[in-house]
Amino acid sequence: MPALMAFSFPEDVLEHIFTFIDSDKDRNAVSLVCKSWYDIERWSRRRVFIGNCYAVCPRIVIRRFPELRSLSLKGKPHFADFNLVPEGWGACVDPWISAMAEAYPTLEELRLKRMVVTDEGLELISRAFKNFRVLVLSSCEGFTTDGLGAIAANCRNLRELDLRECEVDDRSGHWLSCFPESCTSLVSLNFACLDGEVSFPALERLVGRCTNLKTLRLNRAMPLEKLPNLLKRAPQLVDLGTGSFSVDLYPELSSNLLGAVTGCKALKSLSGFWDVAPACLPSIYPVCSGITSLNLSYATIRRPDFVKFVSQCHNLQQLWVLDYIEDSGLAAVASSCKDLKELRVFPSYLNDAEQNFQLTERGLVSVSEGCPKLHSVLYFCHQMSNEALFTIARNSPNMTRFRLCIIEPHTPDYLTLQQLDAGFGAIVQHCKGLQRLSLSGLLSDRVFEYIGNYGKKLEMLSVAFAGDSDLGLHHVLSGCPSLRKLEIRDCPFGDKALLANAAKLETMRSLWMSSCSVTLGACKLLGQKMPRLNVEVIDERGSPDSLPDDCHVERLYAYRTVAGPRFDMPSFVWTVDEESNARSS
Amino acid sequence: MAKAGLGLEITELRLGFGSNGHNKKRVFSEVVKDGKCSNESEELHNSQPSMNQIVGWPPIRSHRLKNIERKSNPVCSSESAKSYVKISMDGAPFLRKIDLKSHKGYHDLGTTFENLFGCDGGVLIKGSDWSQYTAIYEDKDGDWMLVGDEPWEMFIESCKKLRIMKKAN
Repeated sequence: MPALMAFSFPEDVLEHIFTFIDSDKDRNAVSLVCKSWYDIERWSRRRVFIGNCYAVCPRIVIRRFPELRSLSLKGKPHFADFNLVPEGWGACVDPWISAMAEAYPTLEELRLKRMVVTDEGLELISRAFKNFRVLVLSSCEGFTTDGLGAIAANCRNLRELDLRECEVDDRSGHWLSCFPESCTSLVSLNFACLDGEVSFPALERLVGRCTNLKTLRLNRAMPLEKLPNLLKRAPQLVDLGTGSFSVDLYPELSSNLLGAVTGCKALKSLSGFWDVAPACLPSIYPVCSGITSLNLSYATIRRPDFVKFVSQCHNLQQLWVLDYIEDSGLAAVASSCKDLKELRVFPSYLNDAEQNFQLTERGLVSVSEGCPKLHSVLYFCHQMSNEALFTIARNSPNMTRFRLCIIEPHTPDYLTLQQLDAGFGAIVQHCKGLQRLSLSGLLSDRVFEYIGNYGKKLEMLSVAFAGDSDLGLHHVLSGCPSLRKLEIRDCPFGDKALLANAAKLETMRSLWMSSCSVTLGACKLLGQKMPRLNVEVIDERGSPDSLPDDCHVERLYAYRTVAGPRFDMPSFVWTVDEESNARSS
Repeated sequence: MAKAGLGLEITELRLGFGSNGHNKKRVFSEVVKDGKCSNESEELHNSQPSMNQIVGWPPIRSHRLKNIERKSNPVCSSESAKSYVKISMDGAPFLRKIDLKSHKGYHDLGTTFENLFGCDGGVLIKGSDWSQYTAIYEDKDGDWMLVGDEPWEMFIESCKKLRIMKKAN
């Protein structure tokens, strides 16, 4: 009897209950309970995240989820950030936009990462989706400021226009003037990555009438003299990216700036600071104590000025800096910023002869000692020791993201001249929740054994110039139960480990291997064995049909997919599969 | 003399990595755009990393690289490619100077007019019946010409001076 009642539970009640279920994982679980739950869930799903745009195709998504409001898509593999993926590889979003223009007229949000976006695509977005609100483009390229102009002009309810580190052909600053005078809905505007000047009067008016504006990130071309007027019009700002932070600070500007900054009582996040002149920094001091996120990674100021600034930020949780901060600067951070959760230290690239500052492993060690909440690290340096890594591992057992880049490949422990296997081994052993790891320095197969064994929660691993043999790769692929993304360059890993662990690849999002020892024959075999993988050979020497099976492929990109081989590949990409003749489009 | 060559090297900023132990110039390679990637990198692994160019290493995003290099290399090309001209506006007490070569075209120039003088830059170029003002420039022959007739590249070569003039009526 009770069982029957459960089956006659009204659908709309179930649907209502499902609206409280937000996370993708939970919704996926719900959809597997039974056919009726699958159906109800798919009609009520409003947002979808697709980590690899080629893992599925628009038709399949639209068929399953007819009522989406929000789509997030990621395109190129991560190593595209470092120019390892040749231009023209793919990940163009236009086919998605065309398909959605028909299927989802009520689409509101689009978030893209590492995709190619065109002006035509932007134009179509601005016209097809009447209620479009949010456009976030991270590391995208292929469009110009004309496309932005279309978005500004046509999206009546635009809330967010967020361009994060995109490559935009900046034709003119006129795009900003395309926001109509009636536009008051902006909450977030980020154009920090654009090169050109926008019209100040237009920006001032826009900022003045968008009273809900919380995030404003200006570009380098915006001079400091303009900042006070903007801030006065937006005292409610939470997230500010300044433009260029350098000017001869005459008294009137100085007090103007100070006053304007002090008026922004809600500021939590600061970034920008290009060309910063140290004398200009004190105007920011009034808000330091409230700041939780600080990006000074474009500020080429020296340690004393960094320290003065950062030691006032007692509530800091996220800090991005250049190595000018030095070990002693990081020690100051360790004693002032007890809530620090994320640290990124970038290199400044001066000629060695001019290098007169000290950033070593000691800086990172002191932060791990002083900041108990530290869980995310990206650190570029020139030397490291196993001892330092042991200490960091013990100090920060809650580490979830650890990316260490010792700038020169194959650099050993500078104290013992040994490999850094044991040090990284300590990291994976002690940091039981580690999700992301990037290796560097001199490393043998041993480190991969540690990673395979201890990296239970490891989802993403980046490897370069490491290992001795296939055994290294085998350790990782046969261990690491949570692995989703593996990217490898310049390592002596070859066919054996790859083929022995072929099944593993279907449990992962993707595998990237470039400049390794994987043969063309092995790629073909892999494609044959695993029909639900796209095994792409990206090689600029010519078609796989013209190359011997035992030659090493330049790049291999293998990813699971339900969409089959793609048809938009350029001439240097082939999907190798069971036809054993390489297929290209 | 002998020093000149040395001086230039020291100011030239490069990145990448050199051989172990030596104090080195670092050379960072930009993207190898037309696919000259070969299996050089295999040799790289086997031999000492003495080659100067590794694509994509260290793993720094190009926008970050661009900004850092630009700031820290004062000897880079942009200094030599500037072209400042005076610009006046009828009724404004001070003249200004702008760098024509840093603009991408007439539209960009219009934006600068707006930012300098608070006027509507768009209508100034090539004139418009509604605007009180029009933009003119003095060319190499000393003649005053209407801004916007020539292709941009020709314009920046011939323009010596700019003026935003109030129209007669």
